[in-house]
Amino acid sequence: MITLTVNGKPHEVDADLDTPLLYVLRNDLALNGAKFGCGLGQCGACTVLVDGKPVFSCLVPLAALGRREVRTLEGLAADGKPAPVPAAFEAEQAAQCGYCIAGMIMRAQALLERNNRPTEAELRAHMAPNLCRCGTHMRILAAVRRAAVAMGGGVQP
Amino acid sequence: MTAPTRRHVLGGALVVAFSLARGAVAQHDDKGKLPVDLAKSPMLDSWIRIDASGKITVFTGKAELGQGLKTALIQVAADELAVAPESIDLVTADTALTPDEGVTAGSHSMQDSGTAILNAAANVRALLAEAAAWRFAMAADQVEMHDGAAHSLNGQSATYGELAASLDLHVEAKPNMPRRPKSTVIGQSLPRIDIPAKVSGGQAYVQDMRLPRMLHARVARGPSDGTRLKDQDLDVVRKLPGVERVVQEAGFLAILAEKEWHAVKALQHVQAIGWIRPGDSLPTADIREAIRQLPAEDVPIFAYPGPPAPADGTSVTARYSRPCLMHGSIGPSCAVALWENDGVTVWTHSQGVGPLRRSLSGLLKLPADKVRCIHVEGSGCYGHNGADDVAADAALAARAVPGRPVRLQWMREQEHGWEPLGSAMTVELQATLAGDGKVASWRHDVWSNGHNSRPQSGGGLLAGQELGMPKQRMRPIPMPEGGGSRNGNPIYALPNATGVFHFIEQAPVRVSALRGLGAQMNIFAIESFMDELAKAAGSDPVAFRLAHLQDERARDAIQTVVDRFGWAKRPRGTGGGGGNGRGCGFAFARYKNLAAYCAIALEITIDRDSGVIAVERVVASVDSGEAVNPDGIRNQIEGGIVQSLSWTVNEAVGFDTHHRTSFDWSAYPILRFPQAPKTVEVHVIDRPRQPFLGTGEASQGPASAALGNAVADALGVRVRDMPLSPDRLKGALGS
Repeated sequence: MITLTVNGKPHEVDADLDTPLLYVLRNDLALNGAKFGCGLGQCGACTVLVDGKPVFSCLVPLAALGRREVRTLEGLAADGKPAPVPAAFEAEQAAQCGYCIAGMIMRAQALLERNNRPTEAELRAHMAPNLCRCGTHMRILAAVRRAAVAMGGGVQP
Repeated sequence: MTAPTRRHVLGGALVVAFSLARGAVAQHDDKGKLPVDLAKSPMLDSWIRIDASGKITVFTGKAELGQGLKTALIQVAADELAVAPESIDLVTADTALTPDEGVTAGSHSMQDSGTAILNAAANVRALLAEAAAWRFAMAADQVEMHDGAAHSLNGQSATYGELAASLDLHVEAKPNMPRRPKSTVIGQSLPRIDIPAKVSGGQAYVQDMRLPRMLHARVARGPSDGTRLKDQDLDVVRKLPGVERVVQEAGFLAILAEKEWHAVKALQHVQAIGWIRPGDSLPTADIREAIRQLPAEDVPIFAYPGPPAPADGTSVTARYSRPCLMHGSIGPSCAVALWENDGVTVWTHSQGVGPLRRSLSGLLKLPADKVRCIHVEGSGCYGHNGADDVAADAALAARAVPGRPVRLQWMREQEHGWEPLGSAMTVELQATLAGDGKVASWRHDVWSNGHNSRPQSGGGLLAGQELGMPKQRMRPIPMPEGGGSRNGNPIYALPNATGVFHFIEQAPVRVSALRGLGAQMNIFAIESFMDELAKAAGSDPVAFRLAHLQDERARDAIQTVVDRFGWAKRPRGTGGGGGNGRGCGFAFARYKNLAAYCAIALEITIDRDSGVIAVERVVASVDSGEAVNPDGIRNQIEGGIVQSLSWTVNEAVGFDTHHRTSFDWSAYPILRFPQAPKTVEVHVIDRPRQPFLGTGEASQGPASAALGNAVADALGVRVRDMPLSPDRLKGALGS
């Protein structure tokens, strides 16, 4: 058994130490947000936050986590209030198939928590690790700009 | 407000009746017949049911693929039933519950299912109104329907639930039922009903299903189509940690485990043994050249009459091509299967649950009624990806463990290696320009493998081939839809014009339907060639098109973009000049010449040293007929543009003589955020009461061609072979 802190709560998990975090989140903790996309750290569908930094959960083995805090899409809403980044994605209708979106939200969350006034170029560079195949990029960018404003900042041209 | 009766609609002068038939009835086919899908399943309760509590359930055989179909169909039904959209439950593609509407493909869903539901709803509303009129003892046209109830002018009312209790909806739909005179839900940009779960971690995908006692499985295959793994000592595999079961039947091999990671690790072990390619090697030449060396069957595409071209005309020829392209779903294909009571239920993101059921019935040698396929969303597919194959894999795996659900997902390398590709294609165009600067003759030749190997039988599935079932033959798809020939017939009024599809049946690599089929290539070629002809004629590219275009809606779509983009005041292309390139490009097409119209103009800059294109702005227009959800249409057009820019600039599937070399995103790099356009704006031209025109595939062709035209404008060099990659642009500049 290994103890894992996810979305502020400790969880006892019975899994091999080499199991990537993604499989534990999805199967042991029944969290849908992080998705399996490539298992190679190339697409970002599995993006979650570890101690506030975006990581590819498909690549991080349980053994490497230690006591660090994991946050997933499910952990963003606080006190039942919708969180600003997911709310912005909904407001901008920033999804087609949506399979990449949870990862997009988490990567954007990491940026805006650190810097809610990024430039447009910084925003795009920051989001570059995450792939979308439906071509929803323009709406995803619009959603992050909207969220930046909601978080007291704003994306600079 | 009274609904027009059938008598009102059919009465009046012929011209009025005709215009009403186009406008006021819920019947888009004005020949007095039911629309196609409603004719196939004419019973109203196949489409709409209302229970005694007033709950309305609408059924569609089409599937949500992330295109917003569920929301749009609910809007259609709600509008015509005069209820709030929230009061409708929609059941999508399920072989046990919904009408069989074939595959969700070809931008057909609004056209087919939308029109069927619109008509069915108009029928149901009329029956409800009749029932209310009987109850209120007054004429049906004295009854108003709104908010889920019928209301009389003298204050009586009855809910749909009360009325439905005495109503038999197991009756055949009648054609030409009048629509509500004023739409209240159609035409509104309602937020999509599937998005909240997708942005909050709800269960949204088949990948998210967790059934009690579910096992995880992986299928074991060679690295790409045409290969297989070397023989294994399965006793070793069975003893690997966590492996619950190894399923082997002929060439099919799957590994089942309680924990998904154990299945993945066992798969890695199995794959490490190595693989072989038992059949012919792959050609060494570029795939588009290699297939042209194979036997072709010539299929006429179109022939427009006209006199022979003048002998002193200017002949222009050009050849364009594209490589094999990948669907490239972000989530590898996945299915969940449960074998019980000598039958199987499969939860699948297949685009066609009906055809999949037939194929699984063949694969598993089960009567069709023992196979149930239920659509659950997956990652976007953009055509025939691994969805059907993985459903078969899961079903075969589940057969070994009756009573236990099996969730089987492909690995990334498997999706890249085994998904059917969009065929490589080549187009040659020849035209004669007369002295008046107009086209006097036109010839279109297109070479391609097939564009549809969707499963219709057990052998149409990878697992079926591994069990030794015969492969399906590929045949050309006839016009007007066409496959490799799709959109090979120009929308322009061209005299003395012909086109031939050189269909190459023998496919060295696995190919099938990719979004738009041949339309992207044919439109890229035609719209590039129109620019080349305009240049030869000394005309503005848009003016040249308009001089050859009679379709009024096409002209409207073009004019909208010309105005919104500011085409007349656009920056002049830098052409052959020094420094970095700047240019604008325009293109237009009507998808299949029977679906949505889409015009696109864009402006780019090109860094001459790197060959990297930056898309500065894109302006598009779309005429999808009656726009049910304008924002949904915009989303589809925007997405199609960005995806097409990726196809056009970034993408080409690679091969060596033994396998695909594009096995992941590093070997098949698609567009990332820094490469996305700075802005994309889409203008929806609404045509109330006109037929719905399919939109999902309308922008790919024009976006590719507009980019090619902008590159030519910026560099003064025409690049005719996709992808328009940095290396190819630098090569073109160097030559």
